[in-house]
Amino acid sequence: MKKVINNAEHVVDQMLDGLVSAHPDELKRLPDTTVIIRKDAPIKGKVGIVSGGGSGHEPAHAGFVGRGMLDAAVAGEVFTSPTPDQILEAIKAVDGGAGVLLVIKNYTGDVMNFEMAQEMAEMEGIQVASVVVNDDVAVEDSTFTIGRRGIAGTVFVHKVAGAKAEAGATLEEVKAVANQTIASVRSMGVALSSCTLPAAGKPSFTLAENEMEIGIGIHGEPGIERVALVSADEITTILLNKILAEIDEESSDVAVMVNGLGSTPEMELHIVNKKVAEVLRDKGMNVYRTWVGEYMTSLDMAGFSITILSLNEGLMELLVEDVKTVAFHV
Amino acid sequence: MIVLTIEHTKRWMEEIEKRMLEHKDQLTEFDQAIGDGDHGINMARGFHEVVAKINHVTYDSVSDVLKSAAMTLMAKVGGASGPLYGTAFLKMSMAMQGKEVNEEVFCQAMKDAVDGIHTRGKAEFGEKTLYDVWKQVADFLELEEVAEWQGLLEVCQATIEDTRELVATKGRASYLKERSKGHVDPGSMSSFYIFEALVEVIDWEE
Repeated sequence: MKKVINNAEHVVDQMLDGLVSAHPDELKRLPDTTVIIRKDAPIKGKVGIVSGGGSGHEPAHAGFVGRGMLDAAVAGEVFTSPTPDQILEAIKAVDGGAGVLLVIKNYTGDVMNFEMAQEMAEMEGIQVASVVVNDDVAVEDSTFTIGRRGIAGTVFVHKVAGAKAEAGATLEEVKAVANQTIASVRSMGVALSSCTLPAAGKPSFTLAENEMEIGIGIHGEPGIERVALVSADEITTILLNKILAEIDEESSDVAVMVNGLGSTPEMELHIVNKKVAEVLRDKGMNVYRTWVGEYMTSLDMAGFSITILSLNEGLMELLVEDVKTVAFHV
Repeated sequence: MIVLTIEHTKRWMEEIEKRMLEHKDQLTEFDQAIGDGDHGINMARGFHEVVAKINHVTYDSVSDVLKSAAMTLMAKVGGASGPLYGTAFLKMSMAMQGKEVNEEVFCQAMKDAVDGIHTRGKAEFGEKTLYDVWKQVADFLELEEVAEWQGLLEVCQATIEDTRELVATKGRASYLKERSKGHVDPGSMSSFYIFEALVEVIDWEE
């Protein structure tokens, strides 16, 4: 393993300090926690938005903290949910009296830890609501799984909920628009190579030189199938077909995110996006906005995910509202 | 009759820690077979922190000791086990609040703990999770005389054996579906050690 680290035990701690050092005017780390908040939080009368999850997905989630998006991001250990005490500190720090919305990715540990924090905050008299993002179409929703996983589509939920809260909406309204986004967003990814956890020191799984894994999870969890690597256009078509099958065909306006998983050059991501734009145009869909880059990574994994959000007028407006964060721009 | 005092509760936690350390590798091995392989490490670390915490504080009630344990487990264990065990001990603590722990209070606390695990984990009986063991123990306590608490361990063991051949449908092991068959659920095993420690310390003989 070759990594630019000091000590595997300190990666999260040192990363958070480095992030705040780079953005001292916008971000603040709550002392003795792994919580990053907007420097001007809590904002009186505004619904606070809190998200988070395991580390290793940078720029998620702290990169999305700022005006018009998240008020706080809670970082867990690498690929491990943050604990309720940390999430509770985040909720308390950003509650401006109008309540707090938790945006949770659908993983057993994340859901349990965030729900516990929610109950603890409610016991302290803070109004808290939560939504669970499950945009990954690779894993089927059935009695044999915990449901679909939450991946890059979560970033659109952050953006829409954040914009709605910034506009002064109530907790109920912010929750409703977050759920509307969750119902309209679908994603799927592919891996060309594995990722290596700093503490583990070796790759989580192995893919042969000519292999790719379709439907990979952002922690390296198995996808749908392992097949021979094909061209960018062919991979894109495979992913898009699966995603579009789950998207309401009525809606012709969509937002697109082509998300790198950590080790895929921007050049390749744009090649993917060229094909995405062509396929959507051929299907008579209108691409309202596109984001290409790294938003929800999986350490040093090579590969990417595609996210499609079907839009109505309300979502369109919220999606392009002003935002000031480290990693998401309109 | 008082069955659980502050002193008992502290010893209960110490006995759990001892067992988690002793069986750390076994739990991790079970977890490597059907989960993500960190259960032994997490449980040993979690209860080590619990003991470190409660030995530095003076408590007024059993409820307070268990609350301390619950909060520490939530903060230090992580994953799904932290919230599940944290919830169990927190519900017990709440049921014992302002009370001395006699048989009736203890049985009610166990029932509340089981309800808490059920709500938190959203698992049903027979889905090969630690809920199976806790549910059987609570049901046993409700039906049997407290003097029979030794029988509680037989109930745990029987449950673990019964669930060995089940296919997991909740938690990480559920990703493996059929491949989870024939393996013992690591959470059920760590729950067994928790009850083994309880039987060791609780005042059931008098």
